[in-house]
Amino acid sequence: MSSGKAWVFGENVDTDQLAPGAFMKSSLEELSRHCLESLRPEFASQVGPGDFVVAGKNFGMGSSREQAAQALVHLKVAAVIAPSFAGIFQRNAFNLGLLVLECPQAHQLHEGDTLAVDARKGEIFNQKTGERLRCAAVPEFLMEMLENGGLVPHLERKLRERKR
Amino acid sequence: MQIHSMPQTLAEKILSRAARKASVHPGEIVTCQVDLAMIHDSGGPRRVGPILRRLGVPVWDPERVVVITDHYVPTFDADSEQILALTREWVRAQGISRFHDQQGICHVVLPEQGHLQPGTLVVGGDSHSPTGGAFGCYMFGVGATEMAGVLATGEIWIRVPETIRLEWRGAFAPGVVAKDVMLFLCGKLGMDGGRYQAVEYAGEAIGAFSMQERMTLSNMTAELGGQAGLVAPDEQTAAWLRERGADPGDWSKWQSDPDAAVAEHHVFDASQLTPQVAAPHSPANSAAVEKFASVVPDVLYLGACTGAKLEDLRAAARLLQNRKIRTGLEFWVAPASVKDREQAKQEGTLSLLEEAGAKLLPSACGLCAGYGPQRLGPGQVCLSSTARNFKGRMGDPSAQVYLASPLTLAATALAGRIADPREFLKDVA
Repeated sequence: MSSGKAWVFGENVDTDQLAPGAFMKSSLEELSRHCLESLRPEFASQVGPGDFVVAGKNFGMGSSREQAAQALVHLKVAAVIAPSFAGIFQRNAFNLGLLVLECPQAHQLHEGDTLAVDARKGEIFNQKTGERLRCAAVPEFLMEMLENGGLVPHLERKLRERKR
Repeated sequence: MQIHSMPQTLAEKILSRAARKASVHPGEIVTCQVDLAMIHDSGGPRRVGPILRRLGVPVWDPERVVVITDHYVPTFDADSEQILALTREWVRAQGISRFHDQQGICHVVLPEQGHLQPGTLVVGGDSHSPTGGAFGCYMFGVGATEMAGVLATGEIWIRVPETIRLEWRGAFAPGVVAKDVMLFLCGKLGMDGGRYQAVEYAGEAIGAFSMQERMTLSNMTAELGGQAGLVAPDEQTAAWLRERGADPGDWSKWQSDPDAAVAEHHVFDASQLTPQVAAPHSPANSAAVEKFASVVPDVLYLGACTGAKLEDLRAAARLLQNRKIRTGLEFWVAPASVKDREQAKQEGTLSLLEEAGAKLLPSACGLCAGYGPQRLGPGQVCLSSTARNFKGRMGDPSAQVYLASPLTLAATALAGRIADPREFLKDVA
């Protein structure tokens, strides 16, 4: 189980903060450079592969633009951990292969904590404090889609199977 | 022998049909057949096209797809021109006939062009897709990848929602409109109050709302965090749809059973609601209009699917006729659709607005989406009839956007500060 550092945000992080409208016709690479910059200008340049975004309730509220989730995938964020997610963002995340975990105790995680998660078990391990937090189990069909890399590779596989 | 079936909510009835099951239950995950899919130029062809190519399949049923351009409209640079060109080319290649190019904002164009039928499951590639709920459709927004999945298979999975019934009894006071209802609800229940469940608006005060007012309710269900925002169809719905060439079908059966179980039932006295304003940077920062009397806006924006439909334009014009807006104020009006714009022009509504000092902008997402060149500058204060006032969405992050109804916008245009429309309605015949 690989581990990464926690980046902590507040409640109601919105899709304009994740994927600002002015960059919606830019490349994903360019758009990702502006991900969350209005909240933490250093985030996009300093977040490391396998790091975690930890936030308050209703993460990803607002637009249906999936670039909000895609930018986090591009920045190689391992998962977003929050007490609740906006519905469209949550669907988009799984469709693009981004793990999101609903954890009522997300507020017990702090900036810079080193975390590791087991999505199937529904567990977040805080290596800094030794605490284990529970998170809601992800439905099996979504775990399967996630492991296939998201909806598109998942559909590719299903369509291939149908043809056989 | 009589078969007693379980009472069901409107949402459950629609999803039962879409899932081809006798009944469905909250929490259950079902695969549904999609009756109609709507996409626009931003999340549409430029993003779903490459995915369908990769999957090696065409659109599952071109008759069930509606494409509308509104985000990069009008075009303003080579990129936006290319996005619209690509959209038109894709529509042609897929053999899609229901294409509305630069005819206004998708959530307004979709029903006015007669594409909706009560009781159907409709998926839209935009977060304000719950607007279709005003016509008794279970309609919700998805991202582009999910939409590509729908276009490839004609199916989508749904976790059957609980129903949250918001019942408004009595009658709203003059000067109080659907936007006030939604700003109040966002403040009261929060932007996650809808819990991604089905919200159903009910009660005689909702029934008394026109179709366009109901659309404002359903539209801003997105801001409440609901998946869908339903109003059960009635005679008015059926008549409105027929006038636009749509078949309302067997609309009367698409009602919640009186004894159906709902997760939450909130009852409000409509007569007690007053005009509402939401402060930066959240629709949930709402309070009664008088609390904002010291706010002096630079710009008034009467725009968006939720705030510049024909009736919104008429409401503002009613207050502004034969008056002038305060000097120094910018008053921008972007009618939500070309059809509404033409009607407003023909009947004189637009000239009333222009004579008062309003500047007309194209009928498109415009400032609300914040995709184009027209954006609020640093520190600018704006009162807007749009749905969301997130920081930086409509321009510079230091811009301050307040939300209110078209009537409150008009009153503010006259007063030069945020004002209660009821003060001005007294003087209007």
